[in-house]
Parts: sequence; structure tokens; C-alpha cells
Amino acid sequence: MKTIAYFPGCAMKDQARPDEAGTLHALALLGYEVTEIPRWNCCGTVYSLAQDDLMRHVGPVRNLVRVQGMGEGRVLTLCAMCYGTLARSARFVAEPERLARINAFLDTEDDFRGGIEVVHLLTLLRDEVGYEKLAAQVKRTLDGLKVGTYYGCVLLRPRLFAVDDPDRPEVMERVVEALGGTPVAFPERTECCGAYLTVGRTDIVGDRVGRILRSARGGGAEVVVTTCPLCQFNLDERRPAGAPTLPVLYLGQLLAWAMGLDEPAVAALVSKEPATGRPVSTGV
Amino acid sequence: MASELDLSRDRLDAPFARRVEELSGENPYACYQCGKCSAGCPFADYMDALPNQVLRLVQLGDASALELSAPWVCASCLACGVRCPKGVDIATTMEALRILALRRGISPAPVTPDRPCPQIALVGAYRKLTP
Repeated sequence: MKTIAYFPGCAMKDQARPDEAGTLHALALLGYEVTEIPRWNCCGTVYSLAQDDLMRHVGPVRNLVRVQGMGEGRVLTLCAMCYGTLARSARFVAEPERLARINAFLDTEDDFRGGIEVVHLLTLLRDEVGYEKLAAQVKRTLDGLKVGTYYGCVLLRPRLFAVDDPDRPEVMERVVEALGGTPVAFPERTECCGAYLTVGRTDIVGDRVGRILRSARGGGAEVVVTTCPLCQFNLDERRPAGAPTLPVLYLGQLLAWAMGLDEPAVAALVSKEPATGRPVSTGV
Repeated sequence: MASELDLSRDRLDAPFARRVEELSGENPYACYQCGKCSAGCPFADYMDALPNQVLRLVQLGDASALELSAPWVCASCLACGVRCPKGVDIATTMEALRILALRRGISPAPVTPDRPCPQIALVGAYRKLTP
């Protein structure tokens, strides 16, 4: 049994609960004891790109201090956006002058000493579990299901924090293969869905989503899978009229299916009403 | 009379360009206007100036870049940055423009969500669109 600290983030406790449940089930089968970090707070969702905007690193860094307090050297995220903010902030504040300032500001917390590694689920599955071991735990194959693998932005850009080649990623395709599915690497899989523009510019996001889903369908995908809750929301909820109706699932939902969560449990995962009262996308 | 031609960036004396460079950590003068960022930008169709044009205004020290809608349409997807042959992270320059505009009280068009949004979107939007 390996232990790993886990940062859920907001979405895993709300609209992405099926992702969390399926993934944690799979990780248990793969030999991980996953411990949620205590008193975690919002990661900020979007990384601040400005050089002098130290304030916006407080949220992510406070979470890293909690990981440090657990005596862990790394932290796992399932959400692509949490991965982005935590991994990038960890590096940004490693510079001594910034670290001193942010520690002074955090005051009542233990000083952040740096050196916490932020790991996304896909990296863990590829580099530590391995595709073979993953495949060996499959209880119910995806049976050739054509799965469009949608990465979006944060997993692949900037290059320094990319979980795979930003132009030709394959980690999600290999995971789908390990589960018995047929990956569909469609052209728009690395292009942005519009992210937070969904708040005020549903016109733009709708255009983007239509384009992405047509690209997936064009490649023959029967479902689309993602690890980003904001991508999942946009692809599902901002789908324009006439766009392909294929289901948009979290990676955890595929894992739940393939790793043999019994059917009522899978059904419960995909039909639960989240706190927002918005039904979660169904599909498998 | 022919004299030496001084092509140094110092001649531009563009405090605005310097400010944007400080905030973004990106050298706007590295850009040679090839347009690759604009060609690949998923949001260029909705911008009032293309990403390379925005960068050109910054190079010229032209603070009218702060009045554009383009930086507010940019969703920080960073496609431009990974493709730039000169390694300029244009999205970070866009962020510097947003931050300068917000700090100078030049607000973007007000955002009124017309449909329900999850918190991951709302938090993202307020961190990008408010000071």
C-alpha cells in the first residue's frame, strides 16, 4: 500500500463527484491509500500570470503548507485546473525573496519550505502505476468503446508544467487503451473550450464547444472524456443547438466502469444531484 | 549627412512597454510579428485586435492597448505561448494588460452571468476580471 496526499478542490465535492468516487475506487484497487489534506481551501482555479501578484498565490501555497504538515512530499490532484495552480505556484514561490514575503504574509501558518511535488492523476497512472498494471485491474473492459480524449489547456500548457507533449499528447489515449477502449485523438483535443469565459461570454464558449464536439464526432468518438471539471461543464452544458450529443464524461467515470464498481454504484455516480442542483452528465 | 542608425529599443522610450514587461516578465521586443499566435488563437475571431497586433501596440508603447477588448476575450489558454518561435508568452502579456487596466480603473464590460455556472468558473472569472 502506498500513501499519497490528495487535494480535491471545489469541483470534486460538487459537480465532479462521480470523478472523485470512480478515481478513488480505482486508486484503492491499484494499491494507494489516499488521504485528503486537512482544511484545504480553494486553489484559485486560474493561475495568476503577473510577476507582482503575490497575493493570488496565497491560496495554493496554503494548501501546500498543509501537505508539508502531513509529512508528505507530494500531493495528488484529479482536477486539471487544481494541478495548474498548485504546480505553478509551488515553483513561482520557490524563489527565496518571494518565499520570504509569502511566509511573512501567511504569518499564522507554518513556513512553507518548498519542494512539494504536485502530481496529476494521469502522470501517476503513467509513471508510477504503469499502463500494464492498470490494465491488469480491469474488471469490465470498455470493449472497444471509441473514447475522444479531450485534454484542454492546463494539462498541456505551459510546456514546463505539461503532463505530456503539448502538441502530441498520448497519456490519456494510453489510459483509455489500458481500460479496453479505443482512443480517438481528435484534432481539437488540445484546444481551449473557453474556460471561465462561460460566465459572461456563453456565445464564444458555445462556438468553441460546438467545434470541439464536431471534431470528436468526426473522428468517430462515441463519448468524450476529460479530467477538467470546467471543460466537462462547458462541453456538456454550453453545447450549442445542433452540436453532437455524445456524452462528456470524467476520466473517473470510465475508471469506475472499468474497475468494476457494481452497476447500481455506477448508476448512482452518474445520476446524483450535486449541491448546485444540476444533474451530472450521464453516459456509460 | 549619413549618420549611424541607432536601432536600440532605448530610443523608443516607452514607459508603457517597460511597465508591461515588468508585470509580465516577457520581453515584447522579442516578437518579430510573424503572426503565429494569432493564426492559432481559438479566440482571435472575437477580438478587436489580433494577439500579434496587441503585442505591436505594446512594442510601440501605445497605451491604447488598454482600451481593447482583446485582453478580456483571451482565456489564458496559452496556445500562443507554446507555439511562439521567439518564446514570447503572449497570454502573460495579455494578463499584464488586464491587470494594468484594472489598476488604472479601466474596467472591462460588466459581466452578467445569464446562465448558471459552477464555482470553478465563477472563481476563475473574478480572479481574471476584477482587481
